[in-house]
Amino acid sequence: MAEKVLKGIAASDGIAIAKAYMLVDPDLSFEKTTVSDVDAEIKRLHDAFDASKSELQVIKDKAVENLGAEEAEVFEAHITILSDPEMLGQIEGKIKDDKVNAEEALKEVTDTFISMFEAMTDNAYMQERAGDIRDVTKRVLSHLLGVTLPSPALIDSEVIVVAHDLTPSDTAQLDRNFVKGFITDIGGRTSHSAIMSRTLEIPAVVGSETATTDIKEGTTVILDGINGEALIDPTDAEISDYQQKAKDFAAQKAEWEKLKNEATVSKDGKHFELASNIGTPDDMDGVLDAGSEAVGLFRSEFLYMNSAELPDEDTQFEAYKKVVEGMNGKPVIVRTMDIGGDKHLPYLPLPDEMNPFLGYRAIRISLDRDDIFRTQLRALLRASHYGQLRIMFPMIATLDEFRKAKAIFEEEKAKLVADGTPVADDIKLGIMIEIPAAAILADQFAKEVDFFSIGTNDLIQYSFAADRGNEHVSYLYQPYNPSLLRLIKHVIDAAHANGRIAGMCGEVAGDQVAVPLLMGLGLDEFSMSSTSVLKTRSLMKTIDTTEMAKLADRAINECVTNEEVKELVEKNVFGN
Amino acid sequence: MEKKEFHVIADTGIHARPATLLVQSASKFNSEITLQYQDKSVNLKSIMGVMSLGVGKDADVTISAEGADEADAIAALAETMKKEGLSE
Repeated sequence: MAEKVLKGIAASDGIAIAKAYMLVDPDLSFEKTTVSDVDAEIKRLHDAFDASKSELQVIKDKAVENLGAEEAEVFEAHITILSDPEMLGQIEGKIKDDKVNAEEALKEVTDTFISMFEAMTDNAYMQERAGDIRDVTKRVLSHLLGVTLPSPALIDSEVIVVAHDLTPSDTAQLDRNFVKGFITDIGGRTSHSAIMSRTLEIPAVVGSETATTDIKEGTTVILDGINGEALIDPTDAEISDYQQKAKDFAAQKAEWEKLKNEATVSKDGKHFELASNIGTPDDMDGVLDAGSEAVGLFRSEFLYMNSAELPDEDTQFEAYKKVVEGMNGKPVIVRTMDIGGDKHLPYLPLPDEMNPFLGYRAIRISLDRDDIFRTQLRALLRASHYGQLRIMFPMIATLDEFRKAKAIFEEEKAKLVADGTPVADDIKLGIMIEIPAAAILADQFAKEVDFFSIGTNDLIQYSFAADRGNEHVSYLYQPYNPSLLRLIKHVIDAAHANGRIAGMCGEVAGDQVAVPLLMGLGLDEFSMSSTSVLKTRSLMKTIDTTEMAKLADRAINECVTNEEVKELVEKNVFGN
Repeated sequence: MEKKEFHVIADTGIHARPATLLVQSASKFNSEITLQYQDKSVNLKSIMGVMSLGVGKDADVTISAEGADEADAIAALAETMKKEGLSE
């Protein structure tokens, strides 16, 4: 038997067997001491700075090679901080004047800078630089203390990464040739790390709670991303067992692969549109590999988040055009900038809010800062000429917001047309249904809006009043709860009564229990991670929509809890 | 001593990547180089100093250099300011 089997949340399918790489900070605590030989202490400091700089140079070169110049920029910034003569001078001064050890002097000086930058609450960019100083300080401290900091960018053999959590900057440094999977202590199906693992198409288990304490560096780990388990230090028999499971999974995937060029049709011949969610034009390979019939959600905020300043009209135009052309006439739904909540832009300071998810966010920012909004709409309008582009506004609560957004769109369109710029004249304008107020009034919205796309992650969060990032209330993430199904049914029926399309672009759209019910409710379009598309197409082929309509009716009218609905589907659809 | 005034046109002012490049460019010279904004001036070879000034759009700043390579330094920094879209 393996030393231990860890249970967590299955975040991304697949099985990996490799040695553990602990992406965990070593102990960097130290005592403040008095030094007698000041020159020797200053030399220790210089040596640590020099060692940190050359280490960062290696990491940077490696990052450029493996991940690209953009991801490597952060290391360049770190090197510049280490080369700062003022900072080094102040630390030397502390050692000389106060006769303290280099560790203490370093900490005192960098703490001053960190609190200075953190105090600039009107400037998110500077606040983030505080994080850079903290990172650099950790690196110098590790050299002073003679311990090694993990450097994920330097991984050069196959590993399973073990971490408390993975931040966007951590994942940016992971080379998918070597990182076979990862397991984290915290997180859920919709946390950044989970979404990232599906984009990278590597198995992942999140929310294991104790991975970083139970697993030791270099231990062999079997990671089962299908069942959300990790076997620590497995036996040879277990390894060969899982090698077989990995083969079976690969065979299953190859079977799904055959459906790549097929239409998505239910057992009784009804067609559904299966689409992909993407963040950047780079995700198009995955879309085409999955044989998606559309891009159902292009999260345009990633263009803003991956940039050092507001992306200008031409930059955005090129990105949208690339995706629209890549889809070769198939629909592409671009969601306008959804910033705020947990997504920030270093160059666009947002107010500090008690409840950012209920605050200045998405369309609320766009309507307030229409300069930013107009630039985006112009880029979208220009790209519309190259294929079938649709525009979707996020976080719409009232019809008035939609009307305002549409009016701005029409103004920019008229300007471009007057300039003789080619623009498609039939661009469909839709809204995300993620705020209960809009869902309830869907019948009125449907008279003016061309299409709906239900964003389940937020719709669940707002319907159940449960922060999606808060693990203490994660039990309230209830995608099958009849209350939510009723809301979804209302939205779909309202769309159809007005000849509109109803789609869905949240996690639930690719959920194997929800899909049969949603087919029964008549949802037209399902948009999900590209990696889930073929699996879902395979499932949909086995589903009879007339039977599912009856089953959905039972789920909505007879079931009372999330669990009951789940059991109903599992018993009647999957026979268990 | 050589000095030159600049009017900052970049929306984000002098921070982000352009600030790093400006500091790197200054660090190539032996001269003492300072960046002056309003009544404060900082060592242009110090990224922390430059960032702590918080130079925004439409600010007027002065860069001065003193030392053997002062003329070259000012010329190179003016080039960086222009190339990075910080000023015209």
